[in-house]
Amino acid sequence: MGIFKRGLSRTRQSISGRISQILGNTEIDEDTWDDLEATLIQADLGLETTDTVVDFVKETVTREGITRTNQMNEVLKSSLTALIDPPPPLNITGRDLSIILVVGVNGSGKTTSIAKLAHRFKEQGRNVILAAGDTFRAAAIEQLQRWGERAGVPVIANQQGSDPGAVVYDAIQAAQSRGHDLLIIDTAGRLHNNYNLMRELEKIKGVISKAVPDAPHEVLLVLDGTTGQNALKQGQKFAESSNVTGLVITKLDGTSRGGMIFSVFTEIGAPVQFIGLGEGIDDLVPFDVNQFVNSLFDES
Amino acid sequence: MFESLSQRLQNTFDRLGSGRVVTEQDVKDAMRDVRMALLEADVALPIVKDFVSRVRERAIGAEVHKTLRPHEQVLKIIHEEMRETLGEAGRLNFSGSTKPHVIMMVGLQGSGKTTSAAKLAMYLRKEGREPFLIAADTYRPAAVDQLVTLAKQVNMPYYEEGISASPPDIVKRGLAAAKEANASVAIVDTAGRLQIDEQLMRELEEIKKRTDPAEILLVADAMTGQEAVNIATGFNERIGITGLILTKIDGDARGGAALSMRAVTGVPIKFMGTGEKISLDTFEQFHPERIADRILGMGDVMTLIEKAESLYEEEEALRLQKKMMENNFTLQDFLDQLRKIRSMGPISKVMGMLPGMSKMQMQGMLDNEEVESRISKVEAILNSMTITERERPKILNASRKKRIARGSGVEVRDVNDVIKQYRQMQKLMDQLRKGRFPKIPGLTDGMDSFEGF
Repeated sequence: MGIFKRGLSRTRQSISGRISQILGNTEIDEDTWDDLEATLIQADLGLETTDTVVDFVKETVTREGITRTNQMNEVLKSSLTALIDPPPPLNITGRDLSIILVVGVNGSGKTTSIAKLAHRFKEQGRNVILAAGDTFRAAAIEQLQRWGERAGVPVIANQQGSDPGAVVYDAIQAAQSRGHDLLIIDTAGRLHNNYNLMRELEKIKGVISKAVPDAPHEVLLVLDGTTGQNALKQGQKFAESSNVTGLVITKLDGTSRGGMIFSVFTEIGAPVQFIGLGEGIDDLVPFDVNQFVNSLFDES
Repeated sequence: MFESLSQRLQNTFDRLGSGRVVTEQDVKDAMRDVRMALLEADVALPIVKDFVSRVRERAIGAEVHKTLRPHEQVLKIIHEEMRETLGEAGRLNFSGSTKPHVIMMVGLQGSGKTTSAAKLAMYLRKEGREPFLIAADTYRPAAVDQLVTLAKQVNMPYYEEGISASPPDIVKRGLAAAKEANASVAIVDTAGRLQIDEQLMRELEEIKKRTDPAEILLVADAMTGQEAVNIATGFNERIGITGLILTKIDGDARGGAALSMRAVTGVPIKFMGTGEKISLDTFEQFHPERIADRILGMGDVMTLIEKAESLYEEEEALRLQKKMMENNFTLQDFLDQLRKIRSMGPISKVMGMLPGMSKMQMQGMLDNEEVESRISKVEAILNSMTITERERPKILNASRKKRIARGSGVEVRDVNDVIKQYRQMQKLMDQLRKGRFPKIPGLTDGMDSFEGF
């Protein structure tokens, strides 16, 4: 909770500054709705979700005879909370080897998130191994290897430019023969509208499920928290090609608000599992809807 | 899902039954459409407000040009305003600085600084300068390795000393090395940072103080949302940026962040980049026209695409996509496409949905009847070919061409034109396949290459 609040405090300040201004304690009038709309749009909720939320709050306010802005607080919170389900536990237990495939566009923070995940699961007693599946970007392999050293987790890698499918295959073999129970696979950043690269991802997935029939058990899509409406398209395309089971939202320690979480969830139904709140290896935390929404309202 | 701006404006004005002068009511309703379109394109809210009020001022009472409909008149004003706000492509400015001129690359984590640094070096070398790279990102693991790998890949001189020294010290020594190597421009790759990270922003100030850079370029992801304003303002207020580089524009984001960042900082957008491959065709000067069309007009293209898609069985679409990717696109596919396009409605409407096309229609550069008749001609020619000829265009020799021309009532020259047009399409697909910017014939270079039509 502590770190969640600390990281989100900036998010909170920027959005809640506005929200408390709106919610202050005045009569609800037309300006209230304009201000609320503006605040939600600037938090990257997108027009559609913003309209849904504003309409819902308006209706409730009318139905319940609320006239003061300070009474709107709870209504707004519950309308936001209702838009997104709490994440179920990750499907990575109950078998010899569980496999997490991590995907996303360039620069969203896949490799860094994987390092943090590896650290987290190792702390929880898991026997983790990583696969350096980004064989495209210069030094992506080295980047994962450095993180692996820091987290004390082995990394299976091949040369830059080699076939990512082959690395993935090797990593699965290594994980099985050395008795690891959790394999996390890094992949090259790819834009969701690049047909060839999305096909390559399908191929990688095929390699995994051929080796371990029900794998990958989790496919995590890493989204950059500063991304705007394009996050929706990323969600859609990655969901289509690789059946995304969960989301990781990074870079939420800045002033960005991460409001696209709501629309992406509505669109593809994959829950937000983790959010990135900083540079440190401990700064990837499980997502909690109530905390997230509350953090947008809490006083510092 | 998103209605296009021009469609929206058209509906609004149709509903209002507007006359020859754009009235205040027209504008009020139209500006709601503009606001929505810009917000959907990720333009930041304060910028949208400014933009809308400027357009409103210009639009009220504007005389509607005689060849334009009111919604087109407003669209024209919006387009002009957009172009003005985006500004011209900025050029690098080294005046008043001594060699080696320093360029600092700054930005958020993952925005593409390291990749852009290497690409910029290649760009400068092509311009006849002597670029030099300095690796000063000591935070992200293997960031130094990344820059060194890229430098070696394209045979560029560089300086690195690992990650133990402080970045300002590294840059200082790097600059001495650049001087030693007789480099004329030194590009400094810095670590990604949030604009509110006090310690890291201080470090940038220190580097700036010690190197007196000619350029400080903010590298920004084209997919950035409302946050664009905070990022650009934050970096600009703290260290004073001199230009922007827009990355990942090969994605399908509408790119409103470009407008936001340019508007709040007033600094020009200088370059745009695509992909992680370091080459001359993945990094180029900023094209304001292209980005303006994208922010305003992608909806049009999307409408067209969606409309086109609904006509396909999904399998058919996949088959075609595969063929395009593998460059197996035959004349038979060409004919099928043509038929599909025609089944979407009158050609004037279909063309109006392509960015740039509606503008040409507006300016009278496109005669719809003329286009319609050319397309009919192409269709007739394709119909006169045998299936084998359409599947294997290579076999089309002189006598076959003569037969086809006779069969479709045209000259052999016309048959050749269709084949030429088909080859151009193949080339275009090849470019698309390789992830380059397609130079769409007719959009970028007038109508010359539409001869086949």
